[in-house]
Amino acid sequence: MSTTRTHSARSLIANFLATIGLNIREGIASLGFATRSFFNLLGVTFGAMKRPSLISEQIHFIGNYSLVIIAVSGLFVGMVLGLQGYYTLNQYGAEQKLGQVVALALTRELGPVVTALLFAGRAGTSLTAQIGLMKAGEQLSAMEMMAINPIQRVLAPRFWAGVIAMPVLALVFSAVGVLGGYLVGVQLIGVDEGAFWSQMQAGVDVRDDVLNGVIKSIIFGIGVTFTALFQGYMAQPTPEDVSRATTRTVVISSLLIWGLDFMMTALMFNK
Amino acid sequence: MSNLVEIRDLYFAYGPRPILKNLSMDFPRGKLIAVMGGSGSGKTTVLRLIGGQIRPQKGQVSVAGEVVHQLDTDGLYRLRRKMGMLFQFGALFTDLSVFDNVAFPLREHTDLPEELIRDLVLMKLNTVGLRNAAKLKPGEISGGMARRVAVARATALDPELIMYDEPFAGLDPISMGVTANLIRNLNDALGSTSILVSHDVQECFAIADYVYFLSAGAIVAEGTPAEMRVSEDPYVKQFVNAAPDGPVPFHYPGKSLADDLGLGVHK
Repeated sequence: MSTTRTHSARSLIANFLATIGLNIREGIASLGFATRSFFNLLGVTFGAMKRPSLISEQIHFIGNYSLVIIAVSGLFVGMVLGLQGYYTLNQYGAEQKLGQVVALALTRELGPVVTALLFAGRAGTSLTAQIGLMKAGEQLSAMEMMAINPIQRVLAPRFWAGVIAMPVLALVFSAVGVLGGYLVGVQLIGVDEGAFWSQMQAGVDVRDDVLNGVIKSIIFGIGVTFTALFQGYMAQPTPEDVSRATTRTVVISSLLIWGLDFMMTALMFNK
Repeated sequence: MSNLVEIRDLYFAYGPRPILKNLSMDFPRGKLIAVMGGSGSGKTTVLRLIGGQIRPQKGQVSVAGEVVHQLDTDGLYRLRRKMGMLFQFGALFTDLSVFDNVAFPLREHTDLPEELIRDLVLMKLNTVGLRNAAKLKPGEISGGMARRVAVARATALDPELIMYDEPFAGLDPISMGVTANLIRNLNDALGSTSILVSHDVQECFAIADYVYFLSAGAIVAEGTPAEMRVSEDPYVKQFVNAAPDGPVPFHYPGKSLADDLGLGVHK
């Protein structure tokens, strides 16, 4: 009896280890496949760039439709920063620094990160669903049979549109956020307007703060847009898997954004 | 060469499950050949192998003298420009109008001026009777109309080979007749070779020059529609007469009902 129990315990442990091993192997294989697909996408960039109208069409679709949610979110984030910043700075008598605090928080972190998260939820899910449904409706196969490479014709313009749109949207987010901070800090609470703007001008460096924020959002644009397109392209042509792929886009993109943000912040702002 | 498409000793499997076994077929130029068989018999797989969307494990498919699976991507795309394919449910681009769907291959593959593309598209749509539906979106037309638009798109570049995957599936009798006539007329007007994959006996027999019957990935019968109508082959008889039981059993193979119910009666 005890020998049987030992055997079953051993096989349980062996199964457990085998499952872990299988998952790790599958994870590495998926990562390798995603990397290869990423380079495939980059490989058709030249062909896609020959038709800039396709990219501008997608910038309109991806960027313009995300603009409202990003501008409204930026305004409220800026307003909250104005309030919270004022309460904290006021304790040290440094409320005139509010402009600098709001601008730095937005350009360095909140602008790129929150924009990327909103972008993943608004445009990323839409891209995944669109590509997944095109695949389910055999539209991508039809394109292949017409001797048209769907990666070049469909995926690449969307990818570059996402990469271009993201930093522009992040800048809009930051600019509207600063305006929100100004409305709350200066117009509502009564912080000195001259101090608000001059401290911001003195404390924010275009290269170190604004440019690094733009670089961050370009990297987020690459990560989020590729994730959305890859998930859509790899989805099984069933309603269940297309919906699962849409969810995966948000989950993977969000984790990717936080991970990349930590690494880039550590590299960029290490003084 | 008299055959546009030749299939020789073709073997294809998804994992351990064989789909096509030692298949050999000829598709002569200018003819309309029907490939018939029940669901899961491997008909659509034949089309996908001809189009180079999948690669065989053994044997070969040659189109216009070129072995499809040996071509590189550029070669395959060059070959596909000689082909047109109608997918089962049309596969129209849902974000484009009927006009833009038909214009799509012309805009992608030619440098023709927009005025000429307009005229060509309207002529193609006129052929399928949908010139006045040019401005509609795929969501605004019926399934039968979508199929006809897809035919117009598949023939936009006047291909040498046109492949139809279940063109009659889900159509009402009128649309079915219209589509069948269209397939025959287009084949004759364009002088192209057509491969028609279907399980609709009457329509296929009415328009095809030659018929292959596939079952479990192998050819079980072949001949002209007239020969097939009088065939004594049990599979063909079952298929043509739509008999519920025969060589293709009603029950999915496996354990007997008695075994499943634990009655102790063995097969």
